[in-house]
Amino acid sequence: MTIEQLRQAAADNLWVNIQPEISLGVLALLLLVLEIFLPKKKALIPTISIVAQLGLLIGLLLNFKPAYVGTSSFSGLLFHSSDGQYLRAFFLTCSILVSMLGVVALAKQKMPKIEFFHIVLVVTAAMMLLAQASNFVLLFVALETVTVGFYILVSYTRTNPLSLEAGLKYLVMGALSSAMLLFGIVLLYGVAGNPALAGSSSNPMAYQAIRTFLAANPENFLASLGIVFVLAGVAFKIGAVPFQIWIPDVYQGAPTPVTAFLAVASKAAGFAVLISLVFVFSPYEKLVTTVLSLMAGATILFGNLAALTQHNVKRLIGLSGVSHAGYLMLGVIAVLNVPQAVGSIYFYLFAYLLASFAVFGVMTHVAGSNDAEQDLDHYADFAKKRPYLAGVLAIGLGSLAGIPPLAGFMGKLMIFIAAFNAGLYPLLAIAIVGVVISIYYYFGWIKAAFFSSWRPPLPSGEIEAAGPVATPVSLPMGFALGLLATGSVVLGIYQGPLAAWFLQR
Amino acid sequence: MFDLLLTAIASPLAAALLLLIPMPAIARKIVAGLGFLIPALLALVVWSQFSVADAADYQFVTRYDTGLKEVLGISLHLGLNGISLPLFVLAGIVGLAAGLYAIQSKAERPALYLGLLLVMQAGLMGVFASIDVFFFYFFHEFALIATFIMVGVWGGRDRGYAAMKLTIYLTLGAMLSLIGLIALYHQSGAENFDLIELRRIISEGAINGSNQNVIFGLLLLGFGILVSLFPFHTWAPLGYGAAPSSAAMLHAGVLKKFGLYGLVQIAAPLLPSGVGHWSGWLALLAVGGNVLYIGFVTIAQRDLKQMIGYSSVMHMGYAFLGIAAFNVVGIGGVVLMMVAHGFSVALLFMLSTSIYHRTQTFDMDDMGGLAKQTPVLAAFFVTATFASIGLPGLANFWGELAIFVGAWKFSAVYTTLAISGVIISAVYGLRSAAKVFFGETSPALAKVIAEKPPTDLCWCEKVPALLLLAALLFVGFWPKSISEGVNTAVSALYHR
Repeated sequence: MTIEQLRQAAADNLWVNIQPEISLGVLALLLLVLEIFLPKKKALIPTISIVAQLGLLIGLLLNFKPAYVGTSSFSGLLFHSSDGQYLRAFFLTCSILVSMLGVVALAKQKMPKIEFFHIVLVVTAAMMLLAQASNFVLLFVALETVTVGFYILVSYTRTNPLSLEAGLKYLVMGALSSAMLLFGIVLLYGVAGNPALAGSSSNPMAYQAIRTFLAANPENFLASLGIVFVLAGVAFKIGAVPFQIWIPDVYQGAPTPVTAFLAVASKAAGFAVLISLVFVFSPYEKLVTTVLSLMAGATILFGNLAALTQHNVKRLIGLSGVSHAGYLMLGVIAVLNVPQAVGSIYFYLFAYLLASFAVFGVMTHVAGSNDAEQDLDHYADFAKKRPYLAGVLAIGLGSLAGIPPLAGFMGKLMIFIAAFNAGLYPLLAIAIVGVVISIYYYFGWIKAAFFSSWRPPLPSGEIEAAGPVATPVSLPMGFALGLLATGSVVLGIYQGPLAAWFLQR
Repeated sequence: MFDLLLTAIASPLAAALLLLIPMPAIARKIVAGLGFLIPALLALVVWSQFSVADAADYQFVTRYDTGLKEVLGISLHLGLNGISLPLFVLAGIVGLAAGLYAIQSKAERPALYLGLLLVMQAGLMGVFASIDVFFFYFFHEFALIATFIMVGVWGGRDRGYAAMKLTIYLTLGAMLSLIGLIALYHQSGAENFDLIELRRIISEGAINGSNQNVIFGLLLLGFGILVSLFPFHTWAPLGYGAAPSSAAMLHAGVLKKFGLYGLVQIAAPLLPSGVGHWSGWLALLAVGGNVLYIGFVTIAQRDLKQMIGYSSVMHMGYAFLGIAAFNVVGIGGVVLMMVAHGFSVALLFMLSTSIYHRTQTFDMDDMGGLAKQTPVLAAFFVTATFASIGLPGLANFWGELAIFVGAWKFSAVYTTLAISGVIISAVYGLRSAAKVFFGETSPALAKVIAEKPPTDLCWCEKVPALLLLAALLFVGFWPKSISEGVNTAVSALYHR
C-alpha cells in the first residue's frame, strides 16, 4: 500500500465525528491521572467526572443536529443518524446517573473507587459507538468492549462471594453469546462473500452489503442460520428467553449501580443493535418475525411469572426487566411492518430509564453493606421513615407497571398501538396478561413500603433483626431523584414536542 | 375564556400538591376543603348554564394539545353533553360529600390521606369531562395508585389482600378495554381517539359486523369487569368492605360508573350490531348473575359494609339490562340509574362507617335497637335504604322504572325476573335497617353502649349526608331536571 492510498483511506476517518466518545475516553484516563495527583482529595474525583459528563451532555444536546448526521465515516464503519444522537444522549444520561449511584453505593464498601468511574466511562463510550455501528466488525469490537467492561464491573465488590459468582456467570455466559454472535457473523460473511452467489460483495461485513445480498438470495440456508445465531447473540444482551438464564444471579450479585447500568444502558444498547439488525435482515422478514415472536411471547411470560415469587428486590427488578425486554421486542417486530415503531421503542426506553433509575436510586440508598441481600422486608414502614424516597419509589414502580399518569404507560400505549397496526394480536394478548401479572409484584413492592404489616411478636429477650438503615439522601442525589420522578409524571401527562420528535419521522 | 372544566379537574390536584407542604391542621382542612368544594361548585355552575335544547352536542368545549395530537390523534379535549353532564355533577357532589367526611375523620397521616383522595377526585372530574377516549381512560387509571394505597393503608379487615385483588381486577378490566379502544381507533380508520371524530368517521361507514362483535366483546368484558359484571364481581364487595369510607364512596359511587358510561357513551352507539350480538349473553349474566344470584348472596351477608358492596354489584345488573335492551328509554334509564345509584350507595357507605364508629363492629348480628340512641342516623339510613330499593320519591325509582319499560320490549321474561329483584333488595335492605336500628339491643352492642354511649350524628356528618339526601330527593321529585338532557342526547346517539 502506498502512502497515497493510505492517505485516501484515512481521509474518511473523521475523528471530529466521534468527539463525544473521544472526550469520554480522555475523561476516563484523566480520572486515573487525577488519582495520582490528588491522593488526598479522592472524593473530588467522582464529582469531577459527573460534572464533566454533564457538560458533555449539555454540549451534545445543544449541538444535537451536527452537519455529519446522515453520513457515514471511517470507511462505512459508522453511520451517524439522529437516532444515534438520541442514543448517545441516552447512554450519557445513564452514565451520569450510574456515577451518582456509584458515589452512594461505594461509600458502603471498602473498595478502590476511582476505577469504577473510569470503567463506566469507557463502557459508555463503547455503547455510543455500538449504537452507530454499520459494520459487523465494529459491532463486534464495540460489543466486546462493553462486555469486558461489564465483566469487571459486575464482580467489582470482590469481597462479596455473590458478586464474584455473578462475575463468573456473566463471563461464561457472555463468552458463549459472543461466540454465537461471532459464528453468525462469520456465516453471513462467508455466504455474502461467495462470488458464485448473486449479490455477493467484496466487503461482506458492511450492513448494506449483507442486506443487498439477502435480498438477492431469499432462501439461503447458511444465511438463515447466520441470522438466527446473530439474533441469539444479541438476545443474550437484552436478556430475552431463552438467553435470560444469567439475569437473576448477575443482577443480584452485581453492585446496585452496575445492576442499574446493566438493566437500562446495556439493554438499550442491545435494542439499538437489534433495531439496526432487523433492518439489515428485513429481506428475511418471515424468519426474523418468527424467531423474535417466539422469543417475545416467552420473554414476557417468563419474566413476569418468575418475578412473581421473588423476595430479593434485585432479582425481582431483574426478572421484571426481562418482561420489559419482551414488550420492547413487540415493538421491534412491529418495526418490520411499521417503521415508525422505532420511535415508540425509543420513547419506551426513555420512560424505562426514568423509572428504573428512580427505583435503583432508592434501592442504592436502602442497601446495607451487603449489597446482594436486599429484601422486600427491608422496606417495612419505609413510607413512614423515609416519605420522600417512598414517594419516588412509588412513582418509579407505578411507571414500570405502566399505570397512568406515568410515562411508562405512554411507552406501553405507543408500543401497543404499533403492535396493533402491525397486526400482532396473539402477542398483544400475551402482553396484556403480562401487564396484569406484573401488577402483583410491582404493587407488592409498593405494599411492602407503604402498608404497615403485622409481624409476629418476638419471644421475650430477643431483639428483632433490623434491616439496614437507609443512608441519608445528599442534596444533588435528592434533586436527581426528584427530577426522575417528576420527569415520569410530566412525561406521562404532557409529552409536548418530544412525542412528535420520537414518532414523526 | 375561563375554562370551567379544566379548573374543576385541576383544583383538586393543586390542593393535593399544596398538601405536600407541612402545615397546621386547620390550614390543611381549609386547603383540602377548597379542593373538594371548587369542583362541586363549578359542576353546579356548569349545570345551570348548560343548554338542554342542545344537549346532544358537547358544550363548554376546550382543547389542549399535549404533544400527541399530530402523531397519535390524542388531545385533551374537554366538554359535556347530556349524558356526561349529570355524571359530572354527580362526581362533584359525591366528591364534596366524601371530602367533607374525610376532613373530619381521624385518619392517621391526614395530609397523605386527603392528598390521595384529592387525586382520586381529580380523576373523577376528568373521566366525565373528557371527549377524547384516551383521556377518558387515562383519568380513570389516574386514581388507581391512589386507591391502592388508600385501601392498603387506611383500610379495614383484609386490607392488604383486598387492595391487591382490587388493583389486579381493575388493571385487567382496564387493559382489556384499552385494547378494545385501540381496536376501535384502528378499525374505524379514524386513527384518532377523539370521540366526536370517531363518531363522524363511523357514521360515514360503519365497522364491519364481525369486527364490531369482537371489539364490543372486548369492551364489554373490560368495562364489565370494572363495573363488577357477574362473574367478575368478586373484587367489589371485598374491596369496598375493606376501603376507608371516603374512598369507597368515591369508588362505588362515581368511579365504578366509568365502565357503564364507557358502554353508553362510546361502545354501544359506535358498535350497534356488536351490542345485538352480545345482548343475549349480557342480559343472562346481568339478570341471572348480578340481579338474582348476587341478590340472594346479599341477603346472606352479616357484614354491613360487605352487604352494601354486594347490593351495589346487584344494582349494576339493572344497568346492564338497560344496555342490553338498547333503546332510548332503556339507555336513558341507565344514565338516570347511574346518577341515582351513585348518590345512594355513597350515602350508605358513609352511614355504615358512622354506624361503625358507634357500634365498633360491622357485624349486623351484633347490633340492634340503635335507633333509640341515634334517631337521626336511623332516619338517614332508612331513607337511603328506601332509595336503594327504588321507592318512588327518590331518584333510583325513575332509573329503574325507565330501564324496566325499555327492557320490556327487549325481553319480557328477563324484565319480569329483574323486577322480582326489587323484592330481593327490599328484603335485604329492610332487614339490615331492622337489624341495626330496631328490635332488641344485642349483648355485644349493649356492652359497647355501656362503655361509650353513642351520640347522634354530628354536624360534620350531617352536612355530607344532607347533601347526598337532598340530591336523591331533588332528582326523585324532579327527574326532568336530568332526564330531559339525557333524553335529547341519547335520542341523537341511538337514532333508530
